Amino acid sequence: MATLNVNGKDLAVDADPSTPILWALRDTLGMTGTKFGCGQALCGACTVHLNGAPIRSCVTPISAATGQKITTIEAMASDRVGKAVQDAWVKHDVVQCGYCQSGQVMSATALLKTNRKPTDADIDAAMAGNICRCGTYARIRSAIKDAATQLA
Amino acid sequence: MNTTAQTSRRDFLKTTAITSGGLLMGVPLLTFGDAQAAGTLHTPSAWVHNADDNTITLLSARSEMGQGVYTSMPMLIAEELNVDIRRVKVAIAAPDAKLYGNALLGGTQLTGGSTSVRDGWENLRVAGAQVREMLISAAAARWNVDRSELKAENGTVLGPNGKKATYGELAEAASKMPLPVKVSIKDPKDFRIVGKRTKRLDTPAKVNGSAEFGIDVKLPGMVYAALEQCPVIGGTVKSVDAARAKSMPGVIEVVQIPDGVAVVADSWWRANQARKALAIVWDEGAGATLNDKAMLEGIRAASKSGRPLPIKAVGDAPAAIAASNRVVRAEYVSQLLSHSPLEPMNFTASYANGKMLLIGPTQWQDGAQGAVAKAIDMKPEDIGVQTTFLGGGFGRRIDLDFIVQAAQISKAIGKPVKLVWSREDDMTHDFYRPQSVHQLAASLGADGKPTAMTFRLTSQSVTGRVFGLPNEVPDDLMMEAAVAPYAIPAIHHDAIKHDAGLRVGYWRSVSHLLNAFANESFVDELAKEAGQDPYQYRMAMLAGQPRFANVLKLAMDKAASRPLPAGHARGIALMEGYDTYMAQVAEVSLDASGAVRVHRVTVAADPGRMVNPDTVEAQIQSSVVFGMGAALMQEITLDKGRVQQTNFHQFPVVRMSEAPAIDIILVESTEKPGGIGEPATAVIVPAIANAVATLTGKRVRKLPITADAIKAA
Ligand code: FES
Ligand code: FES
Repeated sequence: MATLNVNGKDLAVDADPSTPILWALRDTLGMTGTKFGCGQALCGACTVHLNGAPIRSCVTPISAATGQKITTIEAMASDRVGKAVQDAWVKHDVVQCGYCQSGQVMSATALLKTNRKPTDADIDAAMAGNICRCGTYARIRSAIKDAATQLA
Repeated sequence: MNTTAQTSRRDFLKTTAITSGGLLMGVPLLTFGDAQAAGTLHTPSAWVHNADDNTITLLSARSEMGQGVYTSMPMLIAEELNVDIRRVKVAIAAPDAKLYGNALLGGTQLTGGSTSVRDGWENLRVAGAQVREMLISAAAARWNVDRSELKAENGTVLGPNGKKATYGELAEAASKMPLPVKVSIKDPKDFRIVGKRTKRLDTPAKVNGSAEFGIDVKLPGMVYAALEQCPVIGGTVKSVDAARAKSMPGVIEVVQIPDGVAVVADSWWRANQARKALAIVWDEGAGATLNDKAMLEGIRAASKSGRPLPIKAVGDAPAAIAASNRVVRAEYVSQLLSHSPLEPMNFTASYANGKMLLIGPTQWQDGAQGAVAKAIDMKPEDIGVQTTFLGGGFGRRIDLDFIVQAAQISKAIGKPVKLVWSREDDMTHDFYRPQSVHQLAASLGADGKPTAMTFRLTSQSVTGRVFGLPNEVPDDLMMEAAVAPYAIPAIHHDAIKHDAGLRVGYWRSVSHLLNAFANESFVDELAKEAGQDPYQYRMAMLAGQPRFANVLKLAMDKAASRPLPAGHARGIALMEGYDTYMAQVAEVSLDASGAVRVHRVTVAADPGRMVNPDTVEAQIQSSVVFGMGAALMQEITLDKGRVQQTNFHQFPVVRMSEAPAIDIILVESTEKPGGIGEPATAVIVPAIANAVATLTGKRVRKLPITADAIKAA
């Protein structure tokens, strides 16, 4: 039985050590805000933070996360930067189908935590791993800039 | 999922009795987030659920897959019901084609064809007005006053001497009033909701992880399934040795169904791991020899030998072209594509006591009910369908394969089960956008304008596959935008159906993309041959087509108002689709590798009346990016019947750094509403093709327009 620290809580996870964090979150812990899109670190839908840095939870086994802090979309409303990002997403009505957006919010939040004034190139780099099949990129870009302004 | 809705699911099997009389009495609703009404529900009509705690739930009969119907459908009802759109809840309707069928799609309860607003434009306003009148009647009876003294405003009926009652207070009495047959609806100039930029109602839940997609469904006692299907679509299981898979951790059962072998486990990860331990011998079937290049050759051959179905003929174009000494001919080819919505195919099925509950992302509620009924020999009325949010659709979720599979697995094991496909399953077992070959020819007169044009499309009929349309009957969904709006004295357009052997599906914008790519590339080629500017050339042929000329001018003026950097070029294209008129200007350059970069796209659209202009803009932004992928980077290929692309590294999707700036001009219009979920997907493709031709002097006539294709042109 592994223990994972998710959103500040230690949770017992009955899963094999090689199980990706994604599936431990979704199927074992019932936290389905983090999405499955590709399983190969190609789409970003599964993005969570590990010690604050964005990772693809679909390819990161729970054995790599023991003793470390996992943060998911479910905790963003109570995070200053995460909340600003969510508010900007609402203000710009970013979402369409919405399936990629947990991952987009996680990547954008990680960006703004380390870079309060991201340039277009910074945004391109930080968001490169997050596919939006609905093509909401223009609004994501505006929302990130807006959130940066709000946080300044 | 909140507890109320969980309960409603459990209750579903006990209480469901979808009434045939037109009311939805007693049918629990699947709603999202905290949207479930807490009070007792009263259902004056199939569209409005009015609870005595003043919660009003409006039904959307269309699936929310990003296109915004979860907001736009309720806006239409709320406009006449006179309630604040921000205060209503929304639920997706259960299958009942009588109540919720789509008149534009033959009455079936299907979301597609950019029809939602067009179909709902009047119906939903009438539905809202009916309930408003029933509330007024209830208040009139309660206060014993004449209806004419009352009005309904902002969720309250107001009467003489300050009399007031909320809709909630009147809910029960109103639901007993007869449904008024004739109601008056507002003149559009009095609209307070429709036509105004309105925030999507589903955004908050979609930014905090609480929105429930099919893949997120949880039922008590639910188990998880991963399904191994034959690598050749259509192949069947000859034999299976599941011993090793069965011994793997968490595995509960291994079940054979017609489409393959399902491993059922206590988590999806374990099911999918164990699936790899299955030893299956397949009968690969007729598809085992399919190869995309040979398929294309087959289509080309059919373009000569097949039976042409008429699209439109004026004058004797073939004779005029035969007699001309200035003829342009070109062949255009479109590739196979997968839909690849970001949420892989999945569905949850729960079979117990002769009833089946299906929960998940579908574009076709009564289709799902019917297909499952047929596949496992049940009565449709014993099958409930609840629709979650769809993590993208694009036409893929019109098909029902994954729903039937989930139902078969649940029936076999007698437990609730969630079937989830991997990305690889999804990409290799799609219903693909068919390949097409267009052969176009035109003769030019002394002024350089076409005197005659012929157009032949050869492709596979999706409608034949999905709805069994007979081969000799023309498929309207192959012929969209086949006739361009230009004034040409003689034309001869036809289409040939050819089954290339792979299963095909409706893909965002369907044949608009195929036909617009050919037509709008060709008109640029004619302008070039005539030595004329492609914009002026088009304009000269658009006399009597004011909506086309208007959008073309608007897009061009806006695009041309910015200087064009060195090394960039612009391309234009226009089209009418789904009653929406649109022109686009794409500005492109080549990067160091020779690949096309799209910097900016200017779109002018005249979609008639709009319900939510913000959604219209969002759908244009979305479609431009979606179509760009098809224009530049995506292609499905087959070898020995196997789809070669398995994930996003081989079927790339446009990413943030590649997404262009998009300028949008919306034309205010009182014309009837046009569809907006799809047309921009088609128009961007020839706009890019034309820009590339202008930039490089090389015309790429086969999609996708990759660096290699440009070099080889
Ligand atoms: S699911 Fe992890 S990157 Fe796509
Ligand atoms: S909103 Fe649909 S994939 Fe991004």
